[in-house]
Amino acid sequence: MKKKWYDWLWVASLAYLTLGFFNILFAWLGLLCFFIPLIIAAVKGTKGYCNRYCGRGQLFSLLGGRFGLSRKRDIPRWMKSKPFRYGFLIFFFAMFFLMLWNTYLVFAGARDLQQVVTLLWTFKLPWHWAYHGALFHPGVAQFAFGFYSVMLTSTVLGLVTMALFKPRSWCVYCPMGTMTQLICKIKNPQ
Amino acid sequence: MTVLRKKRKAFVSQHDCVACGCCVKVCPMDAITIFHGLYAQVHRDKCVGCGKCAKECPASVIELQEVTI
Repeated sequence: MKKKWYDWLWVASLAYLTLGFFNILFAWLGLLCFFIPLIIAAVKGTKGYCNRYCGRGQLFSLLGGRFGLSRKRDIPRWMKSKPFRYGFLIFFFAMFFLMLWNTYLVFAGARDLQQVVTLLWTFKLPWHWAYHGALFHPGVAQFAFGFYSVMLTSTVLGLVTMALFKPRSWCVYCPMGTMTQLICKIKNPQ
Repeated sequence: MTVLRKKRKAFVSQHDCVACGCCVKVCPMDAITIFHGLYAQVHRDKCVGCGKCAKECPASVIELQEVTI
């Protein structure tokens, strides 16, 4: 089957994760992975992003498939259940808003910029080498650190479930996937 | 006289499907589409029952069943 341009988007995902190690401000680009799926779902009423353009899914597919880094076992039943999927979506949202709140505090001057990437919402990794300062307000950088934390955390979770279960296990409980499917359900009532 | 033949076809448990589209990508017959971002739909006449989709499905909600045609 002939490859289309969008079959190479895993390169963009990989580049995104790599760039975050050098300059944290690139993390802002990750907003594309949030807005594009939502816009496609809201306008077209499809999961076109998941189905075609998701670079992260392609990356998992490649690593777990061709590179053989997956056990290719069935995902546990509870992980594909609606309570878990929607529960994870709510948890993800809550953590996202907490990150936005921290960004607001830095913008408002109530808190200093924290040059850390928080992995799995818990572990604060020093990341000061990726911040070169001065050009923008520290709040801009705080959002970048927060957003990169979200992206790195979800990648790590995705890699773990890729290794344990099928390559694209992340897709089963991906909050963006759950949310776009929810939008599609609302837009296309059965 | 009609001859009854058994063939394997892919069946999607639509209630559990996350509509990720992994199955669509691996189907050699282009027999699967994602219906309005809700679930995968197998076109029975195109499906040859190869099982690639069932193997790929990250939620393991596709299974092959024998049908008589």
